[in-house]
Amino acid sequence: MLSRREFWQLSLAATLAGNFPAGIARAAARQQLDQERLLSFEAVGNVTLLHFTDLHAQLLPIYFREPSVNIGVGENSGLPPHITGAAFLKKFGLETDSAAAHALSSEDFTALARAYGRVGGVDRIATLVKAIRAERPSQTLLFDGGDTWQGSYTALQTRGADMVETMNLLAPDAMTGHWEFTYGTDRVKELSEAMDFPFLCGNIRDTEWDEPVFDAIKYFERGGVRIGVIGQAFPYTPIANPRYMMPEWAFGIREDDMRRHVAEVRAGGADLVILLSHNGFDVDRKLASRVEGIDVILTGHTHDALPVAVKQGKTLLIASGSHGKFLSRLDLDVQGGEVRDFKFKLMPVFSDAITPDPEMSAMIEKVRAPYAAATSRVLGHSESLLYRRGNFNGTFDDLICQALLQERDAEIALSPGFRWGASILPGQPITVDDVYSVTAITYPNVYRSKFTGAFIKEILEDVADNLFNPDPYYQQGGDMVRVGGMGYRIDVGAKIGSRISEMTLLKDGQPIDPAREYVVAGWASVNEGTQGPPIYDLVTKYIETEKSINIPPNEAVRITGT
Amino acid sequence: MQQLTRRQMLALGSGAAVITMLPVAPILAAGSEFEMRVKKFAGTAMIREGGIELDLPEIAENGNTVPMSVSVGSPMTKADHVQQVMVLAEGNPLPGVITFNFSHMSGSAEASTRMRLAKTQNVVAVARMSDGSVRMVKSVVKVTIGGCGG
Repeated sequence: MLSRREFWQLSLAATLAGNFPAGIARAAARQQLDQERLLSFEAVGNVTLLHFTDLHAQLLPIYFREPSVNIGVGENSGLPPHITGAAFLKKFGLETDSAAAHALSSEDFTALARAYGRVGGVDRIATLVKAIRAERPSQTLLFDGGDTWQGSYTALQTRGADMVETMNLLAPDAMTGHWEFTYGTDRVKELSEAMDFPFLCGNIRDTEWDEPVFDAIKYFERGGVRIGVIGQAFPYTPIANPRYMMPEWAFGIREDDMRRHVAEVRAGGADLVILLSHNGFDVDRKLASRVEGIDVILTGHTHDALPVAVKQGKTLLIASGSHGKFLSRLDLDVQGGEVRDFKFKLMPVFSDAITPDPEMSAMIEKVRAPYAAATSRVLGHSESLLYRRGNFNGTFDDLICQALLQERDAEIALSPGFRWGASILPGQPITVDDVYSVTAITYPNVYRSKFTGAFIKEILEDVADNLFNPDPYYQQGGDMVRVGGMGYRIDVGAKIGSRISEMTLLKDGQPIDPAREYVVAGWASVNEGTQGPPIYDLVTKYIETEKSINIPPNEAVRITGT
Repeated sequence: MQQLTRRQMLALGSGAAVITMLPVAPILAAGSEFEMRVKKFAGTAMIREGGIELDLPEIAENGNTVPMSVSVGSPMTKADHVQQVMVLAEGNPLPGVITFNFSHMSGSAEASTRMRLAKTQNVVAVARMSDGSVRMVKSVVKVTIGGCGG
């Protein structure tokens, strides 16, 4: 009889040699994983913070590949989260092929995903949360960093109601938002009133009177500590998303307001000040260097997952990933108004290793049931790994660009650099659910227009600066716009207006002529009244026609200056 | 030739020398209407950088109506107050945005308005104090096509 350890070593070697049946390799990999081990934590101090963010309406377990390209610029060059792959594993001392390595990097993704299985699922998160609440009953707070209501078929159909119902059961203590606002101001007000917990957004004011729209602050008492929580919505919502959906609300980083809120919370007797933020990691790191008095920033928006708490001055920054793939636990020892000690664990939510919470499973079943027939329809299957995350291109976007070129008879396709969307393994069927996981937005129309070469360059330059401006306060936190039918070179370190060169039309290999007009198809335009079929219908049709999807490696974007 | 220190050079203080020697110089495009207006406003005074709070968004939500607030720290007494604050948008076809006039009766030198910005550019505020000294600050406001965020 083999011990567990021997069995594991043997199986690992066999997996690497590639001659072991997949089922046994999977079983072996999962020996590493069990609920108890994922939860194990030696508690510290008097307060426990739990955090998840950017769930993007993923109620069910999924695959999610972390980026292999995530470039940092300026002061953030080479700093976490701007390291990936083997360098990431080395930086954090993670063993190649280990569960943690798989959760946090894209190394050997397909093989390891087959071994370790899916991630996330709100019923799994509920199990972890319940266990920790039971362990630390009067010391625990749970926070949702936003981007919760958008990203699935059912969330789109119910305009976020399925997520609010589910979250009311999970019962976070507060949330903030970003994609939530793309349901429009009336719906956000309606749903935030249906929530059993506060929607904190200290940086939203009405455009007419310049008055706050939502509460900025909520106080809690946990473990004898008075805790002040400040919420910060995504500062560039009306720029990155359609402003016509929230015309009476103005956002922004509003650093001075943040200073005032921190001062107010301290004056209000808080021993611990937490910022529940949807700024994006680099923006929060800069904010922490300029605004004093924040003990913890629970970051969001940029979908970074870091296995450690990053210290900026006296502030701890937590990056909890996305899509329900991770739950963060931060234990704090707060004494006399300061954090004396802390302990952090980024818990990967390996779906197969965690017993789903039955109450939450029933809730998910209930909210999804009316749409089960529609969402489970199989459209085709993929021969390639389909993923989105990464600064420049993802295979799922390449698929969308192919669909745009073909279905709209265009020369060039533009697809937004969103960071959300589940991954699909080679051989996996593609369902309606999968298509919506990368396309479910409330402004889905696919335009077909003529743009000059000069205007296309302007678009690329503009988006590149939103991503690579050396000052994080000028970054919007998306990835680069995805391009089909055209190649280009980008010098990441150059200034706005001079990063993009060598734009080439792929179909004839000719350089893009600034004066010529090209037929361009794209989606997610922020302009009101955009005409065309919804992107999810277009992609659905394309996959149904193609049946089998095969995406070759993208060599159309060349990157320099990193 | 005798080497001038920067201090001596500044002390010489002709308008043109001031404009070319000061740290704010790079933002002044030679011969532009923007430069002419700053020169005219400052006269022979030396321009000091800072001393003005210019509150602007980093990225404009709507380039057609960008909120802007300006305040200049001053006791606002008869002997020591802010006289004028001029706001310029360097990259607009017509850079003039607004000029606020103050007196010691104003209480404080604070004002807000909204302006239109044609493209990503520096917004500059220049303030003249009652002692004739001139202050200047600038801030970049990005005006983007939008879309594609997170």
